[in-house]
This record gives sequence, structure tokens and C-alpha cells, in this order.
Amino acid sequence: MTEALLALWDGAFGSSYAIWSATLVRSAPLLLLGLGVALAFRAGVLNIGAEGQFLLGAISATALAQGVGGDLPGVVMIPLMAVVGAAAGAGWAGIAAWLRHRFGVLEVISTIMLNFVALATISWMVRGPLQEPTRIYPQSAEIAHAAQWPFLIPGQRLHLGFVLGLLACVIAWVVLTRTATGFRIRAVGASPSAATSAGGIDVTRTVTRVFLVSGACAGLAGAAEVGGVTWALYEGISPGYGYTAIAVALLARLHPGWIIGSAIFFGALEAGASAMQRDAGIPSVVVQVIVAVIILGVLAGSQRRARPTGGRR
Amino acid sequence: MTEPTGGATDHGEQDALALEGILVRFGSVVALDGAHCRIRRGTVHAILGENGAGKTTLMRAAFGWLTPEAGMIRLDGQPVTFRSSADAIARGIGMVHQHFMLIPAMTVTENVALGGAGAFDGARFGARIAEVAKRAGLPVDPTARVRDLAVSAQQRVEIVKALVREARILILDEPTAVLTPDQATELLRWIRTFADSGGTVILITHKVREAFAIADDLTVLRQGRTVLSAARAALTEAHVIEALTGASVPAGDGVMATAESATRRATPKTKAPRATDAHVVFRLDRAGYVDERGVTRLHGVDLSVYPGEILGVIGVEGSGPRELLRLLAGRLQPTSGQVTRPDAVGFVPEDRLHDAVIPGFSLTENLALADGGEARGWMDWPRWRTTTRDLLASADVRAAGPDVPMATLSGGNQQRFVVGRERRRATAALVVENPTRGLDLNASARIVADLRAMAGHPTHAVVIHSADLDEVLAVATRVVACFAGRVLEVEAPSDPADRTPYTRAMTGMVEGIVTEVAR
Repeated sequence: MTEALLALWDGAFGSSYAIWSATLVRSAPLLLLGLGVALAFRAGVLNIGAEGQFLLGAISATALAQGVGGDLPGVVMIPLMAVVGAAAGAGWAGIAAWLRHRFGVLEVISTIMLNFVALATISWMVRGPLQEPTRIYPQSAEIAHAAQWPFLIPGQRLHLGFVLGLLACVIAWVVLTRTATGFRIRAVGASPSAATSAGGIDVTRTVTRVFLVSGACAGLAGAAEVGGVTWALYEGISPGYGYTAIAVALLARLHPGWIIGSAIFFGALEAGASAMQRDAGIPSVVVQVIVAVIILGVLAGSQRRARPTGGRR
Repeated sequence: MTEPTGGATDHGEQDALALEGILVRFGSVVALDGAHCRIRRGTVHAILGENGAGKTTLMRAAFGWLTPEAGMIRLDGQPVTFRSSADAIARGIGMVHQHFMLIPAMTVTENVALGGAGAFDGARFGARIAEVAKRAGLPVDPTARVRDLAVSAQQRVEIVKALVREARILILDEPTAVLTPDQATELLRWIRTFADSGGTVILITHKVREAFAIADDLTVLRQGRTVLSAARAALTEAHVIEALTGASVPAGDGVMATAESATRRATPKTKAPRATDAHVVFRLDRAGYVDERGVTRLHGVDLSVYPGEILGVIGVEGSGPRELLRLLAGRLQPTSGQVTRPDAVGFVPEDRLHDAVIPGFSLTENLALADGGEARGWMDWPRWRTTTRDLLASADVRAAGPDVPMATLSGGNQQRFVVGRERRRATAALVVENPTRGLDLNASARIVADLRAMAGHPTHAVVIHSADLDEVLAVATRVVACFAGRVLEVEAPSDPADRTPYTRAMTGMVEGIVTEVAR
């Protein structure tokens, strides 16, 4: 037991390599994904599709990098990848947003289904249009050097995506608490009827926009993962980051500032899990059990708090 | 309490259903206080009463929907206890609720089959529905989806649903409220046929003329008690109005402390103040409203509201006051005609915690919510906090500060906050539902003072509505009544304690209202 926990700790924070090349690298996608989920939940949109939106971001960023190749310099290529990835994620979320708006399809259902469609899409991509030139392995070729995102610290694998994630959390925090747009998002999430009746807020418009921004965060995370970590596209590019992101958002109580701590915590668990399996022989899935228990605990806690004041009827 | 028993015989075996001494309480509120009535087999029995008199509650007790704390229900002379409405259905009682209990996405057949047991053969069951409907003379298409049906057809489905389960006693709760006059006539004619062929119908209604046109017996409830129960032949409309309002019943006999409210009452003026058109605050010009189900809620309403007025709107649920107030407040757009209103109208909806405020948000945020739709760029929270502090002082809201959650305030303070916020937003007019409901005397008096202050401005006006007549009369300077989607002026009586004219207007007992009836 102690041995396992020590191995977990060592794998997460035991060395500078563990911190800068394992924990924080895994935290990078969780920052953006968790933020996207939190924003959506804040507006009352149950976007469970971060995983699919992440994959679409990864696919389109890879496609862009392969398509344009090394023709563009990094200063153009990298921002372009970020924008294209975010747009793809937003588009993927947009399908669910449109289904909700047009047909009243519950976004919980549609986003989960779209996750599977995204998985199937990536399987096809790495065996079809984006497969490496030798056509042997189900993965893409390595993206051009100009499309590889810069590392932040020499000798460590921490990349630009982590900074983007921190920045996004800070921006989201400011927007939610200080701007009219953020106020509308919070009002719509807390009480659509009061937002409409007392505030004259256009609930559908607010909800749709947040849904798209949420998808954009996830898509950006996908682009950052390809550009900063894997440099190639393959089926297992996400070890379930999009689902862990729900836990990240819930543990942070949907607060963009706390997302930072929450994402690093879960990044550490992910990093430590592999070390634990390697050094102590404990299966890394144990960490997933821990994650699940945390989600249930947070949900139970927030339900208990929510009940006395009532809330939505 | 006098109780003419003209037509109701003493022979219990003639009664299809008898309710005796029914007591129902919701928390500390006594909804039914020993109510009773006897329904003769093969008759139409109208249950009359004002809002909250207990009509629907009494029938829900008869339908097994709720279990009375005391009292006896007899079916064909035999005492019965219903543990649920399933028991009542099994014993041949069917109820068509005011808000239909149908699942829109399902077909008529599926809806009727719901609650049944055993294997379900859609085609066979559909054929049976078609047969029952045909025999009963109610055109119904078993394969249609309920959401595609007009409201009148949905109502027929509800009736057929009861008949398929072999209901001998049909309880209809305000069935004509959602119908056009022609459809209402048709339904009433059907009810008569059903009773003539041996069925029993209990009709919950607030329309006195309708009751007189169709019913064999009438029972009037007031504040949870039976105040009149007799054969129609032995009654005049005046009897019924008297029983509804309790005008001749001495105070202290279950009547609310009207003396108290009478002293608080602003004597309503007889006529609207004569003002030139330029000074009208609201003007409705043949304004009509048809809701999303296709039910006409308001028929070409002409109405002007003048500066300095507190216009009281009375009327039972479903007769139009809710829609009228929302047209005035700009929360609904008329589907025909025109509504002229000031730029920004303050609106206090009836469900405060749901529609007016966000309980988990701070007072400051709840104040800013009024600007939520228009606000751009940065929120100037320090300024909002100052404004909130000003509002708390000027509206006399008791709160620990601008940053406490709305949920921590008492009901009275929440209402004062909302009224204060809406006054701040309003350029010239305030529309308020249930201004003082649920508030204690002190809190009510403050809200009333707020409304009067608003109306006191030479170019401002206030419109209020409440299901509680006393609440409206306590504040209003002029009263209009909604009845079946029409709006009529109510002349104030010379005696301020006399509620008869208001009850007459709400129950359609005035000139100009024609209730088409069977027979």
C-alpha cells in the first residue's frame, strides 16, 4: 500500500522530469478540456462530448500540418493549428448544439454518440487519408518540424499548450465574473426562466455560444496534444482525457480558477499511475477507480448543498 | 348556514356518489372543512365556487387522488375508501382534469391504454376505442398522435379514456375553459345526452350560467365548506351568487376578516379617469392572444390604462388574466390586434423564486439581472453594489448587505426587492401578479404603499392581478374582470364590502356576456 502510494508520488512529483515532463504534460489537455466542460456546465449545457471534440481537434490539426507540410514557418503554422483545431472542436459541438436547438435532442445523448463517431473517424483517418506513407501502421506520419509546438524548458517536454490552458482559465475566470457575457452565462445556467423573464436574456443564443466555446476549448486541446506531445495522429491519442475532464471540472466546482489545481491533480494521478504500475505492480486502472470515487463524492457533496436552497424545480 | 334541499332526495340508494364531512388540510391550510354533496344517478351536478373554494380538491378526494383526513365517501350507498385514483377508476369513476393528463408524443390508443394491465395489442385496442367513441358519439381517431390534436379533440380523448374504463361517473374540471363557444355548446349537449342515458356527470365550473343551463343539481362551495346544495329548479341565480360571495352570511362564520380588508381598501372608482389619448399609459386595441396549443386565451380586448391608476384585473385561472398581464408587460406578443405600452414596463411575475430572481445569486447580481439582456462589455460591479445598497435603503429591504444570496431573504423582503427593482427599470408602468400573496400584514402594507407611490406619479400606472379577490380590491382604483377570454369593466358597488359585482363579472353573470348553452 505504502509502496504503491510512494510509487504514485514519485511518478508524479518525484523528480523534475516527473513534474515537467509527465505530470504537467498530462495536465495540459486536462486544463483546456476541464475548462470547456466547466463552462458548458455553468450554462446548464451537459456537454459530455469533450472526448470527441478533442479528437476532431487532433485530426484537423494533423490534417493541416500534413497538408501544408513544412511550407509555412512555425510562427504561422502553430497559431493556425490552434485555430483550426478549436474550430473543428466547436464544429463538432455545434452538431449537438444544433440538434438540441432544432429537435430538442438532449445534448447528453448526442455528445456521447458523437464521441463514438469521432473515434470511428480517427480510425478511418489513420488507415485512410492520413496514414503514414508506407501504409503499414495505423497512424499518421510525424508532422513537419515547423508544426511541432515549442517546449517551454530545455530538456523537458512541457509545451506551449500548457500555457495556453493556464491563459484560457484566467480569461474564462475574468469573463465569467467581470463581463456582461459571463454574467449572462451564469444567469442562464442558474435559472433559465428568471434569465428570460427578469433579464430579457436570449437563453438559446447564450447556450449555443457557450456550447461552441466549450467545443473550441476541447478542439484546441486536441491540436495542442498533436503539436506538443505526439507529433502524429493515432487511435489511442487520448487515454480518456475527455472523460477525466468531467472529473476535473466537477472537482473544481466549475470554477475556472480552481480548474488549474484540479487539472494538475488529475495530471499527477495519470502520470503517477504508470509509475505505480511499473514500480509497484499495481494496475494503473486503480487510478481510474480513484477518479470515479472522486466524481461520485463531489456529486454527492454538491447535491447535499444544493437541496436546502431549492434551485431548479 | 341555511341549506335548501329542494331536489336532492333523502333516498340514499338514488345517489351514485355521496361525500360527507370531507376534511382535507395542506399543512396548516384547511382546504376542505367538512364539505359534502350528494350526486344523484343519471344527473348532471355542477360544483361551483370561487378560486380556492375547494371545488377541485373535493373532486380529487372523490377520485382517490388524495385521501381526506376525515369524512365518508359512499358509492351507490356503500362506504368506500380509495387508496389511489386506480381504485376509483376500478369502481367506475373517471376524471378529466383541467390540465389534461396525456402524453403528447404518443398516439390516442397508447394514451388510453396507459395504466392498463396485460398484453397490449394496439390494433385491437384501437378498434375498441373507436367503437366506444362511436357509441358515445365522440369523434376520436385512435391512431392520431395527441400532439397533433386540437385541444377540443384532446378533451374528447380524455373522456373516451374514462369511458373505455367503463366510467359511470364522469368528473369534468372546468371543461369549457379551453373551448370555443361552439365547442362548449357541443360538449354541454353531449354531457346532457350522457346523463339522459344513465350516466352521472359532475361538472366543476365557475360559470354560473353554464351550471344553470346544464345541471340538475348545484353545489356551491366557499372556503372549503358546502354553503348550498340543491336542485336547480329550486334555485335562482341570485341564490347562487349570494352563496358564492357569502354576502348574506354573518361574519365569523368561516368568512375571512373582510372588515379588516375593507378598511384598508381604496374605494374603487366607478369610471376610468377621463383623460385624453395622449395620456394613456397602456392601450389594447382589439388585442387577441392564441396560445401555442391553439387555444384562444384573449378575444379582441379593448382596454386603456390611464395615469394614476392601479388597475386590478380579476378572473379565474384560464379565463385570461395571466395572458392579459403578460401582453401589458411585453412578455407576450398579441397574435391579433395591437398593444401600445411604455418602453420599459416593470413586471413582477407570480412565481417569484422561479421567474423573478435567482435564489443562489447575490442581491447585487439579482439587481443587475434586470439589465442582463442589454448589458455589454464589463460589468461595473462596484457601481451595481452601490445601486443595490441604495435600493435596499429606498425599498426598505431588510438584508445583511448587497452581497448576501437572495435565498437568505424572507418572502416579504424578496417581494420588496423585486418590486423595487422593477420600479427602477420601469419608465412609466408596473405590472404585478399576486402583489401581496404569502406576505404578512406588515409586509403587504409596505408593498401596497410602494404600488401607490408608483401610481401616484402623474404619468405612471400600475396593473395588478391576483387570484385572491380581496388582494386586488385592497389596492386597485379600478377593476376589470376576465371571463372566458374577454375583459369587462366592473362598476364599483356603493357598499365597499359588497363583493357581488366582482363575483358576477368573474362568473359571467353580466350584460354583454352570452353563454351559449345546450337545452
